[in-house]
Amino acid sequence: MLKQIEGSRAVAEAVALCRPEVICAYPISPQTHIVEALGELVKGGALAPCEFINVESEFAAMSVAIGASAAGARSYTATASQGLLFMVEAVYNAAGLGLPIVMTVANRAIGAPINIWNDHSDALSQRDSGWIQLFAENNQEALDLHIQAFRLAEELSLPVMVCMDGFILTHAVERVDLPTQEQVDAYLPKYEPRQVLDPREPVSIGAMVGPEAFMEVRYLAHAKQMQALERMPAYAAEFKAVFGRDSGGLIHTYRAEDAETIVIAMGSVLGTIKDTIDEMRLPENGGHRIGVLGITCFRPFPHAAVAAVLKNSKRFIVLEKSLAVGSGGIVATDVRMAVTGVGLQGYTVIAGLGGRAITIKSLRGIFEQGMRDELERVNFLDLDRKAVDKQLARERTIRRSGPIAENLLRDAGVVAARNY
Amino acid sequence: MSFQPIKFYQTGTFTVGNRLLPPEQRSVQASAKRFNSINSGHRACQGCGEALGARYAIDAAMEATDGQLVCANATGCLEVFSTPYPETSWQVPWIHSLFGNTAAVATGIAAALKVKDQGGTRVVAQGGDGGTTDIGFGCLSGMFERNDDVLYICYDNQGYMNTGVQRSSATPPAARTATTMAVGPEPGNVFGQGKFVPAIALAHDIPYVATATVADLRDLEAKVRRAMEIRGARYLHILVPCPLGWGTAAHDTIRMARLAKETGIFPVFEAEHGEIRAVLPIRRQLPVEEYLKPQKRYAHLFGKQPHVEVIARLQALADRNIRRYGLLEQA
Repeated sequence: MLKQIEGSRAVAEAVALCRPEVICAYPISPQTHIVEALGELVKGGALAPCEFINVESEFAAMSVAIGASAAGARSYTATASQGLLFMVEAVYNAAGLGLPIVMTVANRAIGAPINIWNDHSDALSQRDSGWIQLFAENNQEALDLHIQAFRLAEELSLPVMVCMDGFILTHAVERVDLPTQEQVDAYLPKYEPRQVLDPREPVSIGAMVGPEAFMEVRYLAHAKQMQALERMPAYAAEFKAVFGRDSGGLIHTYRAEDAETIVIAMGSVLGTIKDTIDEMRLPENGGHRIGVLGITCFRPFPHAAVAAVLKNSKRFIVLEKSLAVGSGGIVATDVRMAVTGVGLQGYTVIAGLGGRAITIKSLRGIFEQGMRDELERVNFLDLDRKAVDKQLARERTIRRSGPIAENLLRDAGVVAARNY
Repeated sequence: MSFQPIKFYQTGTFTVGNRLLPPEQRSVQASAKRFNSINSGHRACQGCGEALGARYAIDAAMEATDGQLVCANATGCLEVFSTPYPETSWQVPWIHSLFGNTAAVATGIAAALKVKDQGGTRVVAQGGDGGTTDIGFGCLSGMFERNDDVLYICYDNQGYMNTGVQRSSATPPAARTATTMAVGPEPGNVFGQGKFVPAIALAHDIPYVATATVADLRDLEAKVRRAMEIRGARYLHILVPCPLGWGTAAHDTIRMARLAKETGIFPVFEAEHGEIRAVLPIRRQLPVEEYLKPQKRYAHLFGKQPHVEVIARLQALADRNIRRYGLLEQA
């Protein structure tokens, strides 16, 4: 059914169609609308049987989900940013225990300085946690990925994080095709846990494992993620058979077949990149042979699929909303590993941190630089170099130079946040 | 043949043994059908109060629920000595997640069981004092205020014994630990710090709060049984002496627990909905020295120049407990 609704609402309704049995909620922007909508569905009786629990922290949210999942219930929660970081110990634990929890991450920057706007720092900080991580390009895909996430999680007994850009997607009202309960029921089988706390068959879950088996336990987590590389495309194909649309899978390409330059990105910025590329391909704009590779499945990382797309190109530009401080890109590191030895020219562009707008104008400029091979290995889109230099000079001359963020804002003369 | 009544001078106590009690009053442990929830062969130290307390508590909970029980366990001594794989001692479905999230994990289990099993199977969460009063306190308070259907049992040995005897917020004043060293002008743990979580549990107005010690195991069993009759958040705080951390003889564990109660150092009470209903009274009040002296963690208070003023402060704390909880039997 076509509906014009907010992204958070669309995700909430999709999650409800998956018949979760325990939902834990703790408010944090920009995720909160999702759990609010689910809470309303549970309290009103539309989603039953289901327990909706208002917990006291994100650490508790993930812990409640761990207990519920281990006791055999389909479990869901949602978080973002500081919330994800606050629950990190439990995030790793859920993956280590092999519990198929599904969690939405409404991607948001991480402080300090505190910032509520979108980038991918939160989810990417958890890239080695053992969770499968899927990134949605738009609200339709966000909705669809949640349905696939439960299937994937429960089949492999691994937790799945569905990442969607905070505000840009969560708060955007746009048209989505909401599936029917019959469709979801046909696609998503009843949850049959591989391990469960059952008095009829008592097991100990989560006991200590020493050096004699720990390596093997960790390897199996890796092996399971490698299995997900095969399952994801298969589940996407099945999804198409039931719901009639392409959604999910490992990667998406756009005008990449003949491209000399391929831009790689994740999430909603792919839309802007596609528009930019359409513009650049026009004959009056030079008819550049440039294409796009969107990564839907970041963990496990689809090395082979990425390499297959890049192998006929001359260069790639990874545009990512995250920064490995002291190193460069996070996504770019994986892409480089995928094409090791191929001899491609590769550039990293860090963009949109803390909600900095990524415009077609800026993208076009940096892509054109890239195509002329004039980029550094690591580049920062629309970085105010003057502001940075001024602060660096201040630090050289004044010992007690004060808080960096305050200095920058004072220099910029910004009183309140505005669209940047 | 004339009827000869048998008289025991201990009539009214349970010390004459189970044989003379009606079956419903007999100890769970006296039954051949006891569950052995924590089986033998685990790796607890000799004289471990926690192993004893947990065995009685979980078996009593198993009996009360007819074996329909799931346990969540915090990181700590109990978790470590009862595992590792594949040598688990647990004969109940058991999960260990983290150090600080056990109450929340139990909440999740209870929620799942409510949906999957209509609440027929019950949940017990358990942890040491570190996992309960310090790192797990946020999750514990959250579970309390939501009144989740969980019995949380804290085995309080007054320190982080698993990591080598460090101070927790349940470590008493003047006690020596690896992080409250017996050196300097005020050796041992400082006065005026720490918290008594049963009192904080009371402040949540949850349906059931009780304390117990491993010196009164029948009382402990009865409290677990009572707790399992009630739905909602319940808290049982059991004092479990630790020979390693306290510096006491392995055979003195129960004696130390009894002395803690008889001196008023540890109040034993039972409360429902925030109101104290009953206390286990002191039978023969003893000065705190009787409790302190056998413990090496207080050795710096005695010796050639006893710290009488410190001992007096500890006595004052015991006296305050006696007043606050009405621990002395009225003559």
